[in-house]
Amino acid sequence: MRHILSMLVENESGALSRIAGLFSARGYNIESLTVAPTDDPSLSRMTLVTSGNDDIVEQIKKQLNKLIDVVKLLDLSEGPHIERELMMIKLRAQGTNREELKRLTDIFRAKIIDVTEASYVVELTGTSSKLDAFMQAVPEGLITEVVRSGPSGIGRGEKALSL
Amino acid sequence: MQQRPAPDSSSEQAPPSDQPLELSGAEIVIQSLIDQGVETVFGYPGGAVLHIYDALFQRSDQIQHILVRHEQGATHAADGYARASGRCGVCLVTSGPGATNAVTGIATAYMDSIPLVVITGQVPTPVIGSDAFQEVDTVGITRPCVKHNFLVKRREDLAATIAKAFYIAQSGRPGPVVVDVPKDVTDPGIKIPYQFQPELKLRSYQPARKGHLGQIRKALEAMQAAERPVFYTGGGVILGNAAAALTELVQALGYPITSTLMGLGAYPMSDAQFIGMLGMHGTYEANMAMHETDCLIAVGARFDDRVTGKIEHFCPHATIIHIDVDPSSISKNVRVDIPIVGPVETVLADLLGLLRETGTPADRPPALKAWWEQIDAWRKLDCMGYDRASELIKPQFAVETLHRVTKGDLYLTSDVGQHQMFAAQFYPFDKPRRWINSGGLGTMGFGLPAAVGVQLAYPDAQVACISGEASILMCIQELATCKQYALPIKVILLNNGYMGMVRQWQEFFYESRYAHSYVDALPDFVALAESFGHVGLRVEKPGELEAAMQEAFAMRDRFVFLDVVVDPTENVYPMIAAGKGQHEMHLPPTMSQRELA
Ligand SMILES: Cc1cc2nc3c(=O)[nH]c(=O)nc-3n(C[C@H](O)[C@H](O)[C@H](O)COP(=O)(O)OP(=O)(O)OC[C@H]3O[C@@H](n4cnc5c(N)ncnc54)[C@H](O)[C@@H]3O)c2cc1C
Ligand SMILES: Cc1ncc(C[n+]2csc(CCOP(=O)(O)OP(=O)(O)O)c2C)c(N)n1
Ligand SMILES: [Mg+2]
Repeated sequence: MRHILSMLVENESGALSRIAGLFSARGYNIESLTVAPTDDPSLSRMTLVTSGNDDIVEQIKKQLNKLIDVVKLLDLSEGPHIERELMMIKLRAQGTNREELKRLTDIFRAKIIDVTEASYVVELTGTSSKLDAFMQAVPEGLITEVVRSGPSGIGRGEKALSL
Repeated sequence: MQQRPAPDSSSEQAPPSDQPLELSGAEIVIQSLIDQGVETVFGYPGGAVLHIYDALFQRSDQIQHILVRHEQGATHAADGYARASGRCGVCLVTSGPGATNAVTGIATAYMDSIPLVVITGQVPTPVIGSDAFQEVDTVGITRPCVKHNFLVKRREDLAATIAKAFYIAQSGRPGPVVVDVPKDVTDPGIKIPYQFQPELKLRSYQPARKGHLGQIRKALEAMQAAERPVFYTGGGVILGNAAAALTELVQALGYPITSTLMGLGAYPMSDAQFIGMLGMHGTYEANMAMHETDCLIAVGARFDDRVTGKIEHFCPHATIIHIDVDPSSISKNVRVDIPIVGPVETVLADLLGLLRETGTPADRPPALKAWWEQIDAWRKLDCMGYDRASELIKPQFAVETLHRVTKGDLYLTSDVGQHQMFAAQFYPFDKPRRWINSGGLGTMGFGLPAAVGVQLAYPDAQVACISGEASILMCIQELATCKQYALPIKVILLNNGYMGMVRQWQEFFYESRYAHSYVDALPDFVALAESFGHVGLRVEKPGELEAAMQEAFAMRDRFVFLDVVVDPTENVYPMIAAGKGQHEMHLPPTMSQRELA
């Protein structure tokens, strides 16, 4: 199963490599990893998407918690949560395709943020599966470049992941 | 046993007034060590640590530095010191090759959860990343084999970082911590205020201090309801100094107990309730008890693959209770029914408290009686029998003789191979911290430098290193360290002329194709020892062994290297082949197959 793990991590230079190193050393899956500082400059917030059976994910969480730099960890998949990912996608937009891609962009409530005679850059935010769906919907051969941030997540409701 | 005084946090050097000391980075390193109660540092100098060595030189009345002959030796010596004394081992090595040489020792300590603080020199901060002379990314190289590591970029962070390193290394599940210190940070010309902070709290690191009482109660109920219980204890009992509590609990319940290689001595091995080591080279009775038990009580053990064998066949009938301070040890390899996260020392105390409330039955319940009858029947098969009439010295006989000659009062370090297993099987340790070996990493070369550390921790104790002719050569340079500090260690070399453990696997699993397991061109070990200024002895006949050992141990102030020529073809039995179930053992030729049916 896919799990979204959200972590507060000491904002120190080695923290990211400790986490990445843990996954490669122990052979765990890592689908995506996003990291940026928070309102507290001493902390970074990290969202990590992984997958595996229950035993493996349990072990991944224990191993992450064991890292001295990991201050708090929450498995967002265990409760109601919101997940967002940003994608910027460059499309070949010429002739009749231009209209069709514009329509598709509207349907997905995406935005065209850069235009040339031959291309669009489309920005789209949503769950990872929505982003997947958009890419599926683009006619064959028109995608020239894809940049995805990997998902970030936050729990629903009042409760916050903080110190 | 000589006990060293506990480190005194209110060091004599602390200034009487509130006025903080003004120290250079190099002085801060040394003052921090002194304030932590460190008495002995194992190290080897080099460019990046010269400021620190100069500060050390000036405080040599308060802190002893042991000059090893290779940085691997420094880490193993600090490790042996830590295993024997229960205190934190400390090393000081230079950047680049100094740090990389230390890595094997750091990984060895990491695998066995041994508390070390390793201070490595680093190139000056302005040139970090420029491939400067003797620069390596020490933090990067050691990251996967440390509990934690630090690169100290600012002098102002030095004291706090060293304090954190000691705290992290010694608390929770212990482990090695590396502190990488760039040379400019230790500049003797720049002084800053220094204050020792004995109390530490880290927001991101809070090891468990107590087990959950509800879980502990549940565990005790399961233990008392069991008909075929067995204790399976490990290195965690020794690390947590919980041998006395464990012994009390096991004896109050009257249950059989087996131990991993790392836990030997936590419960007296010569006691009748001890059924031998378990696992790959464990006893028949211990492995069969594991296979048949209905309640496994795992204490400070980590279900290593040398213990579990094939997981599908591991304790198929048991409710499993697991006490461990590290949550990630629990249900890692084997799913556990009643987990208890907490330090063994407090959890066992809680269990004993509850047991006193409920009380133990005056007589053994009938089911437990039947269980002991079964175990005794397994025991009778004598799975560790060997040919006692042999014309050659059998390694098992050598270890038994060692036990007799030392009267069981010995700190024994080991290298890795058959000799290690024979020692574990045939030397009954009745006290914790007496059996000192590399289990998790299985590092050949560990034994001699580890003995250096042990002897320095206990200068008056009998210390021996059991080794093989292949292993001993891996850190043989430490013979010089032993000379310099006049360490009266005894090396007992079980010289079979082979990498015996490798040869055994090749005999069993590669149709006796002995690919490169024969150690050709061996040195004359007697002459070798003598060339370092030690006493060398050789013995080749069983009848002469005891006298030779007596002679060696009688030289109380000399390092003696005893080269014992043993049967080159002896194998370690029982043996569970890798990937086999714990009930599927290779048994010694002395044990007839019919008896086992
Ligand atoms: C040639 C060779 C052969 C071997 N054959 C065998 C064999 O036949 N049998 C065998 O058993 N081993 C054998 N080993 C050793 C094996 O590889 C492992 O090192 C060993 O089994 C691990 O022991 P352990 O489970 O006690 O764990 P350790 O490595 O000692 O780990 C200790 C455990 O206790 C926990 N702990 C630490 N401190 C505390 C505390 N205060 N409170 C609670 N928990 C704590 C830790 O989290 C950890 O889970 C062999 C090794 C070699 C080199
Ligand atoms: C550094 C290192 N290299 C290789 C091994 C693999 N290995 C395990 S036991 C062994 C042979 C040890 O031979 P010896 O020291 O003579 O001991 P014996 O088995 O003969 O008692 C080897 C090569 C190891 N454990 N450590
Ligand atoms: Mg050998």
